[in-house]
Amino acid sequence: MQDLQHADCIVIQGSNMAECHPVGFRWVMAAKSRGAKVIHVDPRFTRTSAVADLHVPIRAGSDVAFLGGIIRYAIEGERWFRDYVLHYTNAPSLVCEDFKDTEDLDGLFSGWNEKDGQYDPASWAYEGTDVGPAAGNREHFTGQPHSERGTQSGAERFDFTLQHPRCVFQILKRHFSRYTPELVEEVCGVPKELFLKVAEAVCANSGRERTTAFCYAVGWTQHSTGVQYIRTASILQLLLGNIGRPGGGIMALRGHASIQGSTDIPTLYDILPGYLPSPKDKHDTSFEQYVKLNDSPSGWWSEFPKYAVSLLKAWFGAAATKENGWLFDALPRLSGDHSHMTTVAAMADGEVKGYFLMGENPTVGSMHGALHRKAMRQLDWLVVRDFAVTESADFWRDAPEIERGEVRPEDVPTEVFFFPAATHTEKDGAFTNTQRLLQWHHKAVEPPGDCRSELHFLYHLGRRLKELHAGSADPRDQGLLALTWDYPVSGESEEPSAEAVLHEINGFRVADRQPVGQFTDLKDDGSTACGCWIYCGSYKDGVNQTARRKPGREQPWVALEWGWAWPANRHMLYNRASADPEGRPWSERKRYVWWDDEKQHWTGHDTPDFIADRPPSYRPGKDARGIDTLAGDNPFVMQGDGLGWLYAPSGLADGPLPTHYEPQEGVVENLLYGQQCNPGRMEWLRRDNPYHRPWDDPRFPYLITTYRLTEHHTAGAMSRWLTWLSELQPEMFCEVSPELAREKGLTNGGWATITTARGEIEARVLVTERIPPLRIKGRTIQQIGLPYHWGSKGRVRGDAANELISFVADPNVSIQESKALTGAIEAGRRSRGRRVVTSGPLVPALRSGGPERDLPVVGHKPVGPHGISESRTQEGD
Amino acid sequence: MAAVGFFTDTTICIGCKACEVACKEWNQLPDDGLLFTGMSYDNTAALGASTWRHVSFIERPVPLTGQETGLGDFSWLLQSDVCKHCHRAGCLEACPTGAIIRTEFDSVYVQPDVCNGCGYCVVSCPFGVIDRREDDGRAWKCTLCYDRLKGGMEPACAKACPTDSIQFGDLDELRERARGRLERLHRHGVAEAYLYGADAAGQPGTEGLNAFFLLVDKPEVYNLPPDPAAPAKEAKPAWTSMAFAVLGMAAAAVGAVLTARGGRES
Repeated sequence: MQDLQHADCIVIQGSNMAECHPVGFRWVMAAKSRGAKVIHVDPRFTRTSAVADLHVPIRAGSDVAFLGGIIRYAIEGERWFRDYVLHYTNAPSLVCEDFKDTEDLDGLFSGWNEKDGQYDPASWAYEGTDVGPAAGNREHFTGQPHSERGTQSGAERFDFTLQHPRCVFQILKRHFSRYTPELVEEVCGVPKELFLKVAEAVCANSGRERTTAFCYAVGWTQHSTGVQYIRTASILQLLLGNIGRPGGGIMALRGHASIQGSTDIPTLYDILPGYLPSPKDKHDTSFEQYVKLNDSPSGWWSEFPKYAVSLLKAWFGAAATKENGWLFDALPRLSGDHSHMTTVAAMADGEVKGYFLMGENPTVGSMHGALHRKAMRQLDWLVVRDFAVTESADFWRDAPEIERGEVRPEDVPTEVFFFPAATHTEKDGAFTNTQRLLQWHHKAVEPPGDCRSELHFLYHLGRRLKELHAGSADPRDQGLLALTWDYPVSGESEEPSAEAVLHEINGFRVADRQPVGQFTDLKDDGSTACGCWIYCGSYKDGVNQTARRKPGREQPWVALEWGWAWPANRHMLYNRASADPEGRPWSERKRYVWWDDEKQHWTGHDTPDFIADRPPSYRPGKDARGIDTLAGDNPFVMQGDGLGWLYAPSGLADGPLPTHYEPQEGVVENLLYGQQCNPGRMEWLRRDNPYHRPWDDPRFPYLITTYRLTEHHTAGAMSRWLTWLSELQPEMFCEVSPELAREKGLTNGGWATITTARGEIEARVLVTERIPPLRIKGRTIQQIGLPYHWGSKGRVRGDAANELISFVADPNVSIQESKALTGAIEAGRRSRGRRVVTSGPLVPALRSGGPERDLPVVGHKPVGPHGISESRTQEGD
Repeated sequence: MAAVGFFTDTTICIGCKACEVACKEWNQLPDDGLLFTGMSYDNTAALGASTWRHVSFIERPVPLTGQETGLGDFSWLLQSDVCKHCHRAGCLEACPTGAIIRTEFDSVYVQPDVCNGCGYCVVSCPFGVIDRREDDGRAWKCTLCYDRLKGGMEPACAKACPTDSIQFGDLDELRERARGRLERLHRHGVAEAYLYGADAAGQPGTEGLNAFFLLVDKPEVYNLPPDPAAPAKEAKPAWTSMAFAVLGMAAAAVGAVLTARGGRES
């Protein structure tokens, strides 16, 4: 994060950084004090805006149009960084003839399969070749995964003059040609002059001598087309030559102390540690198949088998051998989409028996609390681990539907187990923060009473399960029994050693258990074990590198001796790009990593992100395989072709290029295309998950957006029990403009009821200029702002904003759309409890005749990956 | 020992309230009630016996020089308020028991074991900082983290502030730094920036504050008095007027008696 201090311009968009990352924000202020321009693009004027040089109010859900507008500005005005783009991106690569853009097909790319509701990416490929995405996730698409890996590592044909109509650069140019400043004004509600100021600032602060950084968070990700927002920023930053450069790049601001760690050592269903793909039932029938389908002939991902074998050796120890395919067959396989909303929908249909909620409170923190609670009422058992009894733990007796008598606690069959949890000061462990930095936290006190750490719970649960099934011959139990589970325990409570776990995650030589120093030392012959290849090095030399605490003032600003960053203690990814093709910094001012010709290796302020001794002049031979295919001027080492992808021939479910789509529930028609919303988005067409009209729903005329406050933390279990935090923001409130307040008779400090088809909530009213109305196509659209921190438990209590949100998700990562939806507001409170759609519809259905969601009609999607599930509600309809 | 205090540069405050929480936590202060005020993001409302740092949130229909927003004429001023530890402190001069003292750090400190809860200090503070607690009756306010200073540490609020809006240190050094910052802001066109209470010349009524501020609007906008004074400063002129009044009335009384006598005898 401290790299931000070197930016000449910082754009904070899809993020309220000062509010949500106040400590990290010090680096933005440091940049500002050095003369950097700070731009905040946000529907509201927030605490970040208060210290920004420029605040741009934007309509939530229109960021692709905004960023696309800047891309067009940079291309038309020839402001893009030519040398960087030519050498480091796939701009010159030619795409195959079959490719058709959204400009040709009114909002769809070629390859849309109406029957399956998915794209077949075959027509997106480079001409004459087939490049797989860096991390294997091929089954997102229809058709067989490609089992014939060609020997090609990238495009076959190029045009370095960037004129060929099918070169990536021209396709990009054409794709964004309609994203003019006038269009940005119409679609985003941003006055042309203001937009041009941003575009100009960003372009003027890019190039050899200057860099611009982007910072984003869930204002970008939590949309049904969220991944493409980040893609648009990536394209822009590649065009401007900002990726891999000091004061440049894109900072992903994650929202919890260790949520980065929760995807690295994943709690996500579709990946294994280190972003290895989870095995799929249909395709990965053996370890050989798994490797074949996920391997890459080129780029760093070609090393993947070493990581996979080492992982299996860590998990299964001596039981995993080459002969038995490293016990790969013992791993559970994915039979489809098991993402959060799909699982909860299946739970509501009675298909899930048990549920563990560990430090997770979905009835408040996730979406559509009522559907979550309905789902949990169908469980046989629920286990909750948390500091205090959460709203999710008490779903069976503390809920609006219970308050209204629509559901009775005595009718809920679920058996609930509550385990009190230890806090971070009561246990050892590491956090992985938003900049991939692992920092150890030391146990300071014993946890009180029965409180225990997650490590304790999971270790002893596993131990007891192993004992229970000891000696079993059932094939299903073999994996469990083979698991290595021999962490040393200590103390009266038998707490397992967290450092022993770190040692295993770091990896060791099987023969002598000596820690491995770097992931390049991992092998695919079973002689190494490693719990997570990207964390390899965190326990180098048997020293807990994550516990290092050399003060910043005693080392250079990159601070490589504080904690440990993955991978390989490298703070900036792709930093090879900070030097030109010959290995010299693009400028003295922006020197970061460079080639030392005398010593014949890369050096610099950071751990170089390149093969240490590979000179800039290296070019792969014809028969080169694996990492030998990476030329000396290919900075993007994780890609098969070593290049930054302006155009993504594969890897994303919803297109090789970002396209402006409207949210599931919006306020205007898509002004660019007939295709209103992201065609690949995930929907759940169920009576208990009703959607509003795509736009102009007369029942729900206002735009709602949800967000955080500095004073509270997510669902509130960590902040609403503390009076020092609770007194700072004691009550749930909504933010409305003075005009909306006048329109609906809302008074500052009074009460309001906010409704969607899913549910309704009550909140205090805060009237403020900071949440302005939008002017779109001559209409005025009012916004309602809702912080989402409140629930029914705690010293301070209130209604949960997420009750209003539906189940709808992005197709790549299945994240919910919480940042743009529609709703209604009335002054005052309901007289008797608040209603939920699981007990019956809240609002009358509309007669047909309004706008349809998609043109052409998507049609019925079959159940399955990203499909829709039929509503099979057990409890009354 | 050199005088130490705070320089609060409100132009870099992000309103995070880390100062409020750090102060409460270090001093183990009770909460002040869970009250939704409707005053922007300020639910703390004011300094008092149990709140020794208070962040103000001022939404103005006036642009901030150097900032442009699509909202038009609008800006949001953020300021962390605190006891000013005045050079000439009204509370200290009013205190009859000697509970309020000036420490070796030149800060103003209430000794809780001496305070008898008379409340004279409460009406003597021109800023409305000090107050009495309902439950134990004594007067409480910011101690400038006296215990931390004795341990060689900086106050909790200054340590917690992520942007260094709250700066702690030797007052002479802070004043120099503040003047440099002011100069830089003026060079960048922020003519309305000024220092509040930086010295006796700027604020004769208190003879300067050991916790002074950089502001960009009138003091009243921040709910600060424009010309605060320790009440005892008014004592000499008040007594002088009183003396003249007494003399005048005595002269009038004597004169009346003499005149009356003279009238009756003749």
